[in-house]
Amino acid sequence: MARVSDSKQSISENNRYLFGWYSCTWGTALMVALPVLSVFYLALFPRENIWTHLAETVLPVYITTTLILMLGVGALSIAIGVCGAWLVTMCRFPGRRMFEWALLLPFAVPAYVIAYVYTDLLEYSGALQIFLRELFGWQSARDYWFPDIRTLGGAILMLALVLYPYIYLLARAAFLEQSTTIHDASRTLGCTAWQSFYRVSLPIARPAIAVGLSLVSMETINDFGTVDYFAVKSMSAGIYDTWLNMSNLGGAAQIASLMMIFVVILISLERLARAKQRQFHSADRFKTLTGYPLKGWRAWGATLLCALPVIAGFIIPVWVLAGYALNNLDQLWSSDFQLHASHSFILSGCAALLTILVALLLAYSKRLHKNSSLSLAARFASLGYAMPGAVLAIGVIIPLAAFDNFVDSLMEQLLGISTGLLLSGTAFAVIFAYVVRFLAVSVGSVESSLNKITENMDMASRSLGHSPLQTLVKVHLPLIKGGVLTAALVVFVDCMKELPATLILRPFNYDTLATYVYQYASDEMLEACSLAALLIVLVGIIPVILLSRTISATRDSN
Amino acid sequence: MRKTFKQPFKKLAFLALPLTMAVSSVATADEVNIYSYRQPFLIQPMLEAFTADTGIKTNVVFAKKGLIERLEHEGKNSPADIVLTSDIGPLYDVVEKGLTQPVQSDVLTNNIPAHYRDPQNRWFGLTSRTRLIYASKERVAEGEIKTYEELADPKWKGRICTRSGKHTYNLSLIGSMIAYHGEAEAEKWLEGVKANLARKPQGNDRAQVKAVKEGVCDIALGNSYYFGKMLTNEKQPEQKEWANAVNLVFPNQDDRGAHMSISGAALTQYAPHKESAIKLLEFLSEAQAQSMYAEANFEFPVRPATPRSALLNQYMGEFKQDNINLQKVAELRVQASRMVDKVGFDN
Repeated sequence: MARVSDSKQSISENNRYLFGWYSCTWGTALMVALPVLSVFYLALFPRENIWTHLAETVLPVYITTTLILMLGVGALSIAIGVCGAWLVTMCRFPGRRMFEWALLLPFAVPAYVIAYVYTDLLEYSGALQIFLRELFGWQSARDYWFPDIRTLGGAILMLALVLYPYIYLLARAAFLEQSTTIHDASRTLGCTAWQSFYRVSLPIARPAIAVGLSLVSMETINDFGTVDYFAVKSMSAGIYDTWLNMSNLGGAAQIASLMMIFVVILISLERLARAKQRQFHSADRFKTLTGYPLKGWRAWGATLLCALPVIAGFIIPVWVLAGYALNNLDQLWSSDFQLHASHSFILSGCAALLTILVALLLAYSKRLHKNSSLSLAARFASLGYAMPGAVLAIGVIIPLAAFDNFVDSLMEQLLGISTGLLLSGTAFAVIFAYVVRFLAVSVGSVESSLNKITENMDMASRSLGHSPLQTLVKVHLPLIKGGVLTAALVVFVDCMKELPATLILRPFNYDTLATYVYQYASDEMLEACSLAALLIVLVGIIPVILLSRTISATRDSN
Repeated sequence: MRKTFKQPFKKLAFLALPLTMAVSSVATADEVNIYSYRQPFLIQPMLEAFTADTGIKTNVVFAKKGLIERLEHEGKNSPADIVLTSDIGPLYDVVEKGLTQPVQSDVLTNNIPAHYRDPQNRWFGLTSRTRLIYASKERVAEGEIKTYEELADPKWKGRICTRSGKHTYNLSLIGSMIAYHGEAEAEKWLEGVKANLARKPQGNDRAQVKAVKEGVCDIALGNSYYFGKMLTNEKQPEQKEWANAVNLVFPNQDDRGAHMSISGAALTQYAPHKESAIKLLEFLSEAQAQSMYAEANFEFPVRPATPRSALLNQYMGEFKQDNINLQKVAELRVQASRMVDKVGFDN
């Protein structure tokens, strides 16, 4: 009898404990989702109905352009990312060790910077066309045909060049985490190297690739800098047009919300498609991968394949920027510049840390409560990524300002003092926006790492007396270290590059490297901000290299 | 033991970070807080001169969108005193939303002509510029184009370049066409211009002049100050060649005059530093700041007594300006924007 009541008590204690996790998780998720909810709220009050006008005029153009853009960037990013990841992980060819990290480098280049650099290089007065004209003696633009970079195709290329690393990163982590046994088994069962890739490794890596692809799609759908610069009429152009030119923020919020729903449906479909898949690996992943040694033209072909995206996505832009920066170095290197850099570092660092904590909470709670609404909470909190930065910034302003004004009036009533704005217009607002915006990046990565740990581990740890929290810290964290670091660094670099929300939310007299670059680059004066742009890129490299080492270490050093 | 102390402390320190930043942004007496839609490097010299003159510090947040919304939701606790814009559009929006207050100042009313400020003194133009036609020196004879209306003439087929029809500068111009000719006529005109475009609208105003230089097209629409900026561009000397490839055409000199637009400012409704803010507005309308605007940015001073940039004067004499009510142009922006969609101007 006593034993029964004991166990009953411990069950209820356990339930209380889990309930704590549960409410904590939903609370956090709701807080992170507040800005998105604010945008939904805005969408309820358009100044006038925009849809009849849009449907009659430009909506078909917006939709087709956006779809082509997403498909193009997605397909190209998968091609580069998955091929690159497979080659450097599973094959041996000249330069492989370098490409392991070099393939990540374009990730450090902001899309708006690469768009500017390539326009500078490829347009009529750019170096390439001048060279061609001199070579062939052409007089004017009417004498020859040259592909125009400022087109939909150009935008697809630019975006894919800087976004494919998302897929590369996650695919590579997934390939590395794969057990060699599965792989060896497939080969002994008669698969060729290609078949083994296509039929075993690729399906196992699919969740990770899907996460990468959804990140790429959302980045693409939200990009404004590149599409604006290239005069590509995508949906995000429509959002800003409705907001700014038609003074109809509510209408803009409607478009943004619809776009978000569209992305969410896409992602859900993908999840549904692999809902039945569950996979665990035995622990022998620490066995070093031997890899297929490639020989002759295959080897050099692999080298070339890996080199192309790095050259186009990184070396050329850096070369152009460095050229400008070196020409003006004495003017550009100033104490202001160092201040902007420190702002970028602090904001991005805080945001990366916070984002990881929230992601761990969400992903781990979901693991603790299977088949509960917590999976929904995690999805819900990740929505911010599917919303254009500037619209999201308005979504951040609304709850923060409401909170500030509420506290202010409360303190006024109770104590007769005005607290003013506590959070709005501070660095906190910017960091909050980053967390909201980039949580999806880390949740996806942390989740897919956690999912690879068999639940026998949890059971063993719990039955040995560890609480869920202790299990997380002592058992899971060491195992998912690689994934967590990956997530943190990706968020860090993303924050360094983030522009629209930073611009709108920042405190007075407060510049980051990105905002500094923007104020000049938007006026086509890249030379004035080349050093800052270069630093964003170079700073992006540091985490990229660390990242690659950590990922490799998940395999090698153990 | 050490660990248990350290952890909460770290958390506290982290929480304190935004708070200290909040405190530092709380207003002290002698300063003016500005939400600026204009790029900082364009206004920094004037703001520095103001601080040197008065000892009042200026603080700026710059963004091209979203600051009005920030001001709106911050409400009566907003730290912002002044909204600076590069166009009548946002200026009109912020006034329409009731986020500003009128300023009664003889200095402002004396310095700024009536058509460049709100009749109720809620907004003030600080500089003006005209949207003119840049015509190829080689391929366009003098007097070949004289009006905005002629841009729709089929003889210009495949010869016109412009930036996006959705850009605020073009929307203003289209708005003024609607004001003068009515919607139907203006739409026909816009369709005509669209049919004459040499390429899909793209790039900024300078890029259009460059396209004329490169032979992509023969005439382009552009704001006046870009001419000065190209002529004096030491960092990209090729821009001088672009500028030297074109003549300036001031349209509609025989009737209403060339289309004008402004950059301007407004005092926020709950400005915590109202007096200093008004001082700044007045300072910006006075001779020193006005001539800085003229010399550094090649904008036209709104203050009639201040001369335009000497360099610009070498290229442009006095010309007739369209003094249409700017508020009306701002109101017509939405209509103009719909018209751009309807005509498929940017497609």
